[in-house]
Amino acid sequence: MTAPAGAAFVFKGCVELREALGEQAGDARELMDRLERVPAESVFFHTFGYFLRHRPFTTAYGNDFARWVTVELGEHALGERLAVVDPFAFDGLEALRTELVSILHTHVRDRAGPPRVEREHAFYFQRSHLVEVPLGLEAATLAELRAGIAAADASAIYLHLVEARARLARPTSDFGEWLRAALGMPALADRIDRIDAYLTTLERVRDRLLALVDEALEGARA
Amino acid sequence: MITLDDYRELAPPGALDLIARLAGLVRGRRVLHLTGGRLGRGPAEALRAAVPLLGELGLDASWEITGGDAAYHATAGALRAALAGGERLVTDEALEHYLAMNRVNATKLRLDADVVVLHDVQPLSLVTGRASGRWVWHCHLDCAAPQQRAWSFVRPLASRCDAAVFSLPSFVNRVGVPAFVIAPSLDPLSEKHRAMPPHEIAAVLETLGVGQDKPFLLSSGAFTGDQDPLGAVNAYRLVKKHHDVRLVLAGAAADEEGAASLLADLREAARADPDIVVLEVPDDAYRQINALQRGSTLVVHKPLREAFGLAPAEAMWKGKPVVGSATGGLAQQIIDGATGYVVRSVEGAAFRIRHLLSNRELIPRMGAAAREHARRTFLITREVTESLALVARVTR
Repeated sequence: MTAPAGAAFVFKGCVELREALGEQAGDARELMDRLERVPAESVFFHTFGYFLRHRPFTTAYGNDFARWVTVELGEHALGERLAVVDPFAFDGLEALRTELVSILHTHVRDRAGPPRVEREHAFYFQRSHLVEVPLGLEAATLAELRAGIAAADASAIYLHLVEARARLARPTSDFGEWLRAALGMPALADRIDRIDAYLTTLERVRDRLLALVDEALEGARA
Repeated sequence: MITLDDYRELAPPGALDLIARLAGLVRGRRVLHLTGGRLGRGPAEALRAAVPLLGELGLDASWEITGGDAAYHATAGALRAALAGGERLVTDEALEHYLAMNRVNATKLRLDADVVVLHDVQPLSLVTGRASGRWVWHCHLDCAAPQQRAWSFVRPLASRCDAAVFSLPSFVNRVGVPAFVIAPSLDPLSEKHRAMPPHEIAAVLETLGVGQDKPFLLSSGAFTGDQDPLGAVNAYRLVKKHHDVRLVLAGAAADEEGAASLLADLREAARADPDIVVLEVPDDAYRQINALQRGSTLVVHKPLREAFGLAPAEAMWKGKPVVGSATGGLAQQIIDGATGYVVRSVEGAAFRIRHLLSNRELIPRMGAAAREHARRTFLITREVTESLALVARVTR
């Protein structure tokens, strides 16, 4: 999004429509091979997208690959190495893909017969199509932004904070961009863009956003 | 009459507002759902709730059925079973008759909607006469390992649609069009899932002859080998040595080879142990199933093979932990260790049941997590949301 000075922030939620790609893996070697060639949207779906789909419970595995190798293959060490990969720490999906493939390659390199599962328990590659949904919430001031963050569906937090940076490869979140361009608040924008969204829930991210905005509002009043 | 607002207290916070906004993107679109009938479980059960909601949301939504003679329905039933991997003999004459009956159906139906959704096999060949709109094949079956002859007949028909929908990515077979994934759902306001006061639960259990003097484990599902009710009995026997509980086996008698002898075995087990209760309840005994699920202490569901039966989600919605098999859609429904346990053997089921019965405080805790998981993942509001997203996607 581009945010000229004075423009309102428009809150949008999103709905995920999943698509199966017809690619599957029955062991770690196949997972590596398929991961190398699936579309980047699939890498996104199984890493950043995990964050959107696992709201009610803690994101114990960090991404779908780590969950599958742990739960289905019983490869706990590999699961730990994949789980610790923070997708937010990479410059783009290809760099993230390279890291994941590298971990898998190191693991399978010396293994002749890695654990294998039958079709029913295989890993199925997917991607998603996000349908953006205007929520009817707009903000022209920091106080209105706070009200919108508090009221919006959790998918709006995902869309404006995670999706904007990860899938669309923007250097800043929608919130950060708007705060800089429309309100001239680069310091707050920087703090929001530094929120660690990995291994937490969207509601906790929302709480952190609100706390940062509250601090800024308090500072403005003082 | 049930309205969208009646779901507000049941659906996740903000879900209805998101649905209303999403519906605004596709308001006025004509969406036609076609099935082979209006009764029973599966797509019909979901459409009974979803179609009125779509109408309330401003879509021009309708639901029609295809009709035919006994041979037509028999062929469609055989194709369904064959797509799910069963061995069925379907002759060329039977297939030609199925196609001919649907050509007659096409003359009786208005098929000019913006989106036409063909559910499963019965209406599928109507796509051969498509003239306008976007067409979607919504397959509720596990098509990953079909009988090849059946698939060779169905796949070219499905490929004439613009998209397909499956319940799980593992159920997908290549059809040459985008294959979207939408899991089935339950309607929390239906007779099968509505809230039920304790006195009503007690009255229904009494009518069914289920004693309420001790906790009971519920295993529900058709009395077939695939559903493995004898496995549930064997798990219960391992538990019974340590806990004074009852096992209630509730299901419909099946019309398949071996079903009668299986039921006889179960009745024999019940004769030998008065704490085993075998109840023949039809699929549409919604009030009884609701009361059994709500009255149970926990639910055991361990079929050997199943597509995407929603029995675990139904029990979780009623706040019950589920000990279930790692098969088909079951492993997708149960979050192992949080909303129940995923097991791979009779012994595993017995171990997890014993664990829960020996640590009773876990049962309400897991039950609460189970209900929350069901609320977010398996309510009709989620399926309506994804259906609206599908309409938006295919008509963009």
